[in-house]
Amino acid sequence: MTSGISRRGLLRGAAGVAAAGTIGGCAMGGDDAKDTGTGAKGEVSAANPLGVKDDAPLEVVIFNGGFGEEYAKAHEAMYRERYPKAEIKHSATQQIAETLQPRFVAGDPPDVVDNSGGSQIDFNGLVSQGALTDLGALLDAPSLDDPSTKVRDTLLPGIVDVGSYDGKFLALNYTYSAYGIWYSRKLFQAKGWEYPRTWPEMIALCKKIKAAGIAPWAYTGVHARYMSWPILTAAAKLGGLEVIKAIDNLEPGAWKSDAVRAAAEAYYQLAVDGFLQPGAEGMDHIQAQTEWARGHAAFISCGSWLENEMKAVTPPGFDMAVAPTPSLTTGDKMSYAAFRGTGGEPFIVPAKGKNVRGGMEYLRVMLSKKAAADFTTKVSSLTAVTGAARGLSLGPGLTSVTKLIDDSQGSAFTWLYATYYRKLERERVNAATLELLTKRINAAQWCDKVQKSADEFAADPAVKKYKRA
Amino acid sequence: MRGKRLFIAVFLLPPLLLYGVFVVSPYAQAFPIAGTNWSGLSPTYEFVGADNLKRLLGDEYFWTALRHNGLLLVLLPVVTILLGLFFASMISVGGRADRVGVHGVRGAGVYRVVYFFPQVLSVAIVGVLWKQMYASNTGMINGFLRGIGLDGLAVAWLGDPRFAFWCVLAVLVWMNVGFYVVLFGAAMQSIPRDLYEAALLDGANRLTTLVRITVPLVWDTIQVAWVYLAIVAIDGFAVVQIITDGGPSSSSDVVGLRLYKTAFADGQFGYASAIGVAMFFLTLTVAVMFLRVTRRERVEL
Repeated sequence: MTSGISRRGLLRGAAGVAAAGTIGGCAMGGDDAKDTGTGAKGEVSAANPLGVKDDAPLEVVIFNGGFGEEYAKAHEAMYRERYPKAEIKHSATQQIAETLQPRFVAGDPPDVVDNSGGSQIDFNGLVSQGALTDLGALLDAPSLDDPSTKVRDTLLPGIVDVGSYDGKFLALNYTYSAYGIWYSRKLFQAKGWEYPRTWPEMIALCKKIKAAGIAPWAYTGVHARYMSWPILTAAAKLGGLEVIKAIDNLEPGAWKSDAVRAAAEAYYQLAVDGFLQPGAEGMDHIQAQTEWARGHAAFISCGSWLENEMKAVTPPGFDMAVAPTPSLTTGDKMSYAAFRGTGGEPFIVPAKGKNVRGGMEYLRVMLSKKAAADFTTKVSSLTAVTGAARGLSLGPGLTSVTKLIDDSQGSAFTWLYATYYRKLERERVNAATLELLTKRINAAQWCDKVQKSADEFAADPAVKKYKRA
Repeated sequence: MRGKRLFIAVFLLPPLLLYGVFVVSPYAQAFPIAGTNWSGLSPTYEFVGADNLKRLLGDEYFWTALRHNGLLLVLLPVVTILLGLFFASMISVGGRADRVGVHGVRGAGVYRVVYFFPQVLSVAIVGVLWKQMYASNTGMINGFLRGIGLDGLAVAWLGDPRFAFWCVLAVLVWMNVGFYVVLFGAAMQSIPRDLYEAALLDGANRLTTLVRITVPLVWDTIQVAWVYLAIVAIDGFAVVQIITDGGPSSSSDVVGLRLYKTAFADGQFGYASAIGVAMFFLTLTVAVMFLRVTRRERVEL
């Protein structure tokens, strides 16, 4: 072994380079970031309530996921109609965090970002760094369709809550997702089954389904958190919204409350009785949903994007429908019709963008009835805009979602811990739920395990805490 | 003389400069960043000193990941090198001795291509391919097991913490072994045939020739292979991320994936850099240790 540089020399060199610290361009940037604050500004008028400078260029970055990017091009065309002099730069990527992180550091972020997908930039980081524009001005601006109505009043309930951090509205969740249990109406009619409204009815029906040679429940083992949704929904219905608020506020013992434990026990029962599809623990969401769409399983827990996501493999006449999670007892605090409904696909306007006002105006354009209807037609998803889907012809799944919303009579709710502390759901609840469903831990242990993780987040000084009122 | 030096410098400087800017400089920057609480989203940060390091020492998820890397470090080089040596010697010198002397088994050329095949696939394709192979209801592996009546062995490979890590290890071996078959094969080609013929005349069997002749004569190559594989074992990020994403319940997590998630999912670039620095010293230590341990007299021909 002969080499020109001795190992000791190499190490010394490496240490020297490390000590020298920042050579060349530093990843952390300097303090030379241009802080333009509100960026370009134009005249405020009735037609231009946000004061957009009409020739300021606008840059939009779209998450190119399940919804694609075509809808955004249509929205950009609508913006261009209003501001023909503005040059619009459009790009789409699946790697939002990797692509945009350096630009946030350099103080040169785009004006509008669809911060979604697996590689979403963590909101906890964005908010604690003050990287986002307060969209309060947008909420108070008149809507594009009716100058006498504020944008705030055109949004579905829950949209403002889920985008607010410490009272500031920082993210516009453009889509509206209803979460529930999905089944094939065709299959149920053919077998003479009826969707169960209570948990004892669910267990009784599962017995029948199993006897018919079909697995009662499919689920995704890779993203087992999909099954934590019915558990928490059932817990909220049983014990009221306070149960959820305690979880969102990282209160000690929140996950060990009687309601959460009762709900976890109910769903653990599915595993104990063998009502879960064998092999599901190894499937990702597409594999599990495909099993369900092929009729190998009767129920699956998912959000309202399911119909669009499974379009390619759903057999004709499958007639998928969503239903609320069954009530655990007859004395539940919320009605059977209550469901988890919340926004998805968060759009943000970075605070250091060059055209912040244009960014907000772009969102205002997106929230017009025309833009929202166009979105729903293109990607089969409801939007945050109240009533924008009225009169459109929707698929069976989405039709059942609108019925779910109507039936609930405003009793929809959601939890916020998954947006406040994304990792808590994505990693910890996800892992614990798979262990629950594969019977490696029981319901009480699940509560303990998740509570322990929640306590870790509560004690971690690197994580910014939020309070839900 | 000066002209010649200048000539050489013209060719050497640009690549060195590029290497410095795009490889050395980011590496070096990880060290100062490791001492900050930088979130990766703004130019502002505070120096927190050794806090990240302290946190690292108490992070059970990091230790779990590190344990898996340690296991890979022991198993991956051993299994890959043993398989590589076996296949390479079969291809180069494993054939029946006859009038033409010592040669490989029949169809050696085909085997060489087949073994090397995984090398030409990108890691992403390998990952997706195996993820589908392991799929519990639609995968080929379970399909095969069910096909031959072993329904009991058809389990949810990637959904069970008992198997997930071993599934990943198998893929890593599969995708690496071909390269070492070719590498060892090339080294074996340079061993004079008469050594084998003499050994055969003396009545040595195949195992003896492998242990006594082949291995000592390709020892340098094995040493290199060992270091390369150790580095692959300390990384393992891409394959793990695609096939299991570290799950279920961290049962196949590796340090590289922890680093990536800490940076890009949690937005804690300071802490992620601390993990990177730990990995840097780990890799360096392992490389030095391996070279030391495997040092032995070189056999001159």
